[in-house]
Amino acid sequence: MPEKTRIRPPIIELASTRTKEFLREKEAMFWVFGFPLILALALGFAFREKPPDRVPIAVVAGPNAQQRLAALRKSSTLLPRVMNEQEARDALRRGKVSLLIAESAESAGSDTIVYRFDATRPDALSARQAADDALQTAAGRRDVVVSREERVHEQGARYIDFLIPGLLGMNLMGTGMWSMGFTIANARMKKLLKRLVATPMRKTDYLMAMFLSRLIWLIVEISVLVAFGWIVFGVRVNGSIVVLALLCIVGGYAFSGIGLLTASRAKSIEAVSGLMNLIMMPMWLCSGVFFSYERFPDSVKPFIRILPLTLLNDALRAVINDAAGIPQIAFQLGILAVWGIVTFVIGLKIFRWQ
Amino acid sequence: MPDVISCRNLRKYYSGVKAVDGLDLSVENGECFGLLGPNGAGKTTTIEILEGLTSPDSGDVEILGLTWRKNERQLRERIGISLQETQLTEKLTVFETLRLFRSFYRSGADPEDLLRDLSLDEKHDARVGKLSGGQRQRLAVACALVGNPDVLFLDEPTTGLDPQSRLQLWDIVQRFRQKGGTVLLTTHYMEEAQRLCDRVAIVDHGHLIALGTPADLIAKLQARNVIEFTSEPRLEQEAVQAIDGCAGVTAHRDGWQIRVHSLAEAVPQLIGAVERQGAKLVSLSTHEATLEDLFVSLTGRELRDA
Ligand SMILES: Nc1ncnc2c1ncn2[C@@H]1O[C@H](COP(=O)(O)OP(=O)(O)OP(=O)(O)O)[C@@H](O)[C@H]1O
Ligand SMILES: [Mg+2]
Repeated sequence: MPEKTRIRPPIIELASTRTKEFLREKEAMFWVFGFPLILALALGFAFREKPPDRVPIAVVAGPNAQQRLAALRKSSTLLPRVMNEQEARDALRRGKVSLLIAESAESAGSDTIVYRFDATRPDALSARQAADDALQTAAGRRDVVVSREERVHEQGARYIDFLIPGLLGMNLMGTGMWSMGFTIANARMKKLLKRLVATPMRKTDYLMAMFLSRLIWLIVEISVLVAFGWIVFGVRVNGSIVVLALLCIVGGYAFSGIGLLTASRAKSIEAVSGLMNLIMMPMWLCSGVFFSYERFPDSVKPFIRILPLTLLNDALRAVINDAAGIPQIAFQLGILAVWGIVTFVIGLKIFRWQ
Repeated sequence: MPDVISCRNLRKYYSGVKAVDGLDLSVENGECFGLLGPNGAGKTTTIEILEGLTSPDSGDVEILGLTWRKNERQLRERIGISLQETQLTEKLTVFETLRLFRSFYRSGADPEDLLRDLSLDEKHDARVGKLSGGQRQRLAVACALVGNPDVLFLDEPTTGLDPQSRLQLWDIVQRFRQKGGTVLLTTHYMEEAQRLCDRVAIVDHGHLIALGTPADLIAKLQARNVIEFTSEPRLEQEAVQAIDGCAGVTAHRDGWQIRVHSLAEAVPQLIGAVERQGAKLVSLSTHEATLEDLFVSLTGRELRDA
């Protein structure tokens, strides 16, 4: 007599089959893990910190040109080149150089230096300042007050530090909504939901199992993205990991609730995709994934701030960059939980099983 | 012994369509009952009302003496269902699927045993998406049987299957009945109804048009034999009707189908009639009347492509 099959509780069976199903779906794996990593990598390198470029400037050929060139080369921010008068004027006009250094025409023989530049170009003024400093110092000027430079390059203030939490938030939104929406609409379309309700299965078991299997993926997903940001770009989690995990789980479930509501009645994948995009689009644009929403008019900011993705992104940045604890993100956590619970309850109420 | 399944005056109208229009049915304990009818007759609507998946506009349903309104959970434990169209999750294996369904029931069959009984043990670890049509259908029936139900509902269990797969399924149904189970199935294969069912109800446009054992129903046909023939040129209908002993004529493909009492009398007459018209017989075949012929005689239409 062979061993009898051990039968686990339905919620465990549902969650484990759901997880296996997802593991075996290669496309889904790509969208959850591959895509955000590629996006973070691409954007991270595009906006990575570079030493400031040297500003190209022209020195008009003349008796003092070589001496000036040598002085200017000592400046760390300038890239001087000697050109003849016509060449230099053309280069300035075309924006190839930001500054043109010439001898004064009327007081020939004297040492008057003429700086020619377009004052509306942002780098022209600083180039002029740097060039003047270099030339004056070379000519023997002594600084009367001793000064020293301190360069700030603070971790937590770079673009990548802004970006990684935003991508994490966006990913939690996408996977939270799709994993619920797609699965439900698909199961409804294939009459699988109908088949399941024809058994004694409890309807809440089905939905709770989806949330449970989501939890497993949520943890994997967050770990992968956070570890990636940390290792590749040095985006450190300054706050507590426990607080971060709690926030991600609350945020992830808020989007699962929204996904459930979105898919609660849709009869086809197309219908549910359309609805999802309609809901996610405003958040992609407004919730500060790639750029801060501070530039939006003050009148709309209060609405932007209570969008689930904005709440999540703000709180993620607070925890990751500014080491915020629960009290500092209590507002965001609370409203996110409200979003999740309200959408889940409504979704469950109007849910169409057939 | 009260009926295992009974419904009275069942009605379900969809905008403009009377899917079920005043249906009374009763199925006894241990019986295999067939619901027969052409496409759109209302078979699926009826069976899904009985399964508690669709609510009727009016009418009462009782299964095992219980009602859906009061005893849903209890009933779900005791019936097994195979829907007309369910696509089980393709990425799961056969065994995983069956074990999942088993977990929903308080008691039931061991998935391993059931797979062996249904000759699916070879496919134990195969993905559902890779199964043949017959194997998929057997898995669907396995999911219906896994809770050890008292009543089995099968909506077109063999549609689209090859003859061998069909035989395998019939065998499964018969073994379930030997253990005392009650079965309600829908089909548009007369042969299936004749082989499997103790009683059949023929429905059309949501109405019951005939009810009884297959043998009784066929006996209702005054003529027990059917001749199908074609000739070149085709005979006029009057000429065919004039044949002695002809109980009914229906157009069939390019020729005619006629129902007769005695082949020995009718066939020579038919050949005579063809010759008298100066026509040539192209084909001629005969068979004993089936439920199909009953349907044709009741509605003037053929069952399959009606
Ligand atoms: N949800 C629905 N909305 C509108 N009309 C429906 C619906 N379900 C069924 N119908 C209609 O009710 C009638 C009966 O359909 P039903 O599916 O019960 O037929 P059936 O006998 O099972 O046919 P088939 O052999 O093709 O499966 C059909 O005309 C069908 O179009
Ligand atoms: Mg049907």
